[in-house]
Amino acid sequence: MPRRLLKPGVFVACLLPLVKLGVDAARDHLSPNPIAESMNRLGFWTLTLLLASLAATPLKTFFGWTAQMRVRKMVGLFAFFYAALHFTTYLALDQAFDFSDIGADIVKRKFITIGFAAFVTLVPLAVTSTDAAVKRLGFRRWKRIHRLVYVAAVLGVVHFVWRVKADYLEPALFALTLTVLLFARFVPARGKKASPAETGKPKNAGQESLSRT
Amino acid sequence: MRQRMWNLKEAEVTPESLYVRRREFLSLGAAGALGLAGSALSFSCQASAKENPSPTFSNLKRGNFPTDEKQTPIADVTTYNNYYEFGTGKGDPAENAGSFHTRPWTVALEGEIKKPEVVDIDDLIQRFPLEERIYRMRCVEAWSMVIPWVGFPLAELIKRAEPTSNAKYVAFTTKLDSGEMPGQKRNVLDWPYVEGLRIDETMHPLAILAIGLYGRTLPNQNGAPLRLVVPWKYGFKGIKAIVKIAFLKDQPATTWNKMAPGEYGFYANVNPEVDHPRWTQAKERRIGEFFKRKTLPFNGYADHVAKLYTGMDLRKSF
Repeated sequence: MPRRLLKPGVFVACLLPLVKLGVDAARDHLSPNPIAESMNRLGFWTLTLLLASLAATPLKTFFGWTAQMRVRKMVGLFAFFYAALHFTTYLALDQAFDFSDIGADIVKRKFITIGFAAFVTLVPLAVTSTDAAVKRLGFRRWKRIHRLVYVAAVLGVVHFVWRVKADYLEPALFALTLTVLLFARFVPARGKKASPAETGKPKNAGQESLSRT
Repeated sequence: MRQRMWNLKEAEVTPESLYVRRREFLSLGAAGALGLAGSALSFSCQASAKENPSPTFSNLKRGNFPTDEKQTPIADVTTYNNYYEFGTGKGDPAENAGSFHTRPWTVALEGEIKKPEVVDIDDLIQRFPLEERIYRMRCVEAWSMVIPWVGFPLAELIKRAEPTSNAKYVAFTTKLDSGEMPGQKRNVLDWPYVEGLRIDETMHPLAILAIGLYGRTLPNQNGAPLRLVVPWKYGFKGIKAIVKIAFLKDQPATTWNKMAPGEYGFYANVNPEVDHPRWTQAKERRIGEFFKRKTLPFNGYADHVAKLYTGMDLRKSF
């Protein structure tokens, strides 16, 4: 793909699940329980995009690919976008803003507790996703904050595992993928010495924040 | 077609001939974005092309326990199913059960009875006068429907089998055939599916064996050719595609109860006060409606069945 098409291409691709949801909703193809179906789909894409963003660094480490590093932030932000839609669907459509029920759910239902925690964990990452935030916080502090993405991903996958009644295939695939991606972090990077992040002196914060430490 | 499921009008109930066609072209993968325009066209062309051959029951007696609640559209009743023998997705049974063979079919009556037998399904059905029963169906997942079943009282079958005094429980078993039921190839549950009732529960006039819905032969995805309907209990008690009815001294091990005993009790009576460990049972979403409604004790059948459980702690025996 030509370099200039990478970002627009990924942007459009990340929007497709939402477009499909809208088209299916308009055509009444969201199953007889459209609210549950919407939440399931939005949750699925949240986790998928979150894990995709976590795959960027291992892909560079093991295969030397770098193109994905330029869209990692966008994919991560889309994961947050789908998480927000998932949570909003729960609040507005599933619970119709009945806050006493919502509060009870978050306190008493551990899969909802942990899903809520996952969403809350993503908020500071989304808020500090700009280059300006990297400059303001300093790269090291910014980097530390953004390690929360691992916490959010683990919470999100556990949220899915705990929700399922009997068929653990899909959540197990997410869990397996996440485990592989986490372990990949411990493998030494290619050309580690050359990694600018190691020097702590990034030339371009927006760019360097995407490299592996 | 319909815009919002929770805004349905009676007249919008989809005729069976239409929704069957809809499922067919959906299964061709026409839901893909590129196929949308074309499939809309083919839908309108095909819809009237073929009448569904499903026979209609005539002169059905209107059974007891009537409700004037709005019936869930047949398209929803037949496309939103928990029937893991055909896949764990709600739409899987409608997609995968089409080629399931419900004839020839026998049902074994065995155990603590004076008249054990293996009976052909059509011979069995002929023994009993069929009637329509419009029941609420409350799934353990906190959604519900109103379904007009066609069937006969379970008590009639129980009486004819002449249970001995040893018969305290009745266990029902679903067909085991992973060739016909592809979901059984994966060990999601401990196959075959088994459900059970206490003998006095089986004798309650609310309990029926269903062979149809909406005046037609039961669609495969809804449990053809023979399924249990016990409307005061969660839907998973309504075992489908029954091949065996065994009369037992002891409480049988039932499928979901074995899978997660803390979540799915043997009794599984609808009870808004006993939550599923992972979600509340106080409310439910009636399919087609937006706002959740309060769940009623025994799914609204408390006046009829609560006396079966006097003296029992329904929090423990959930």
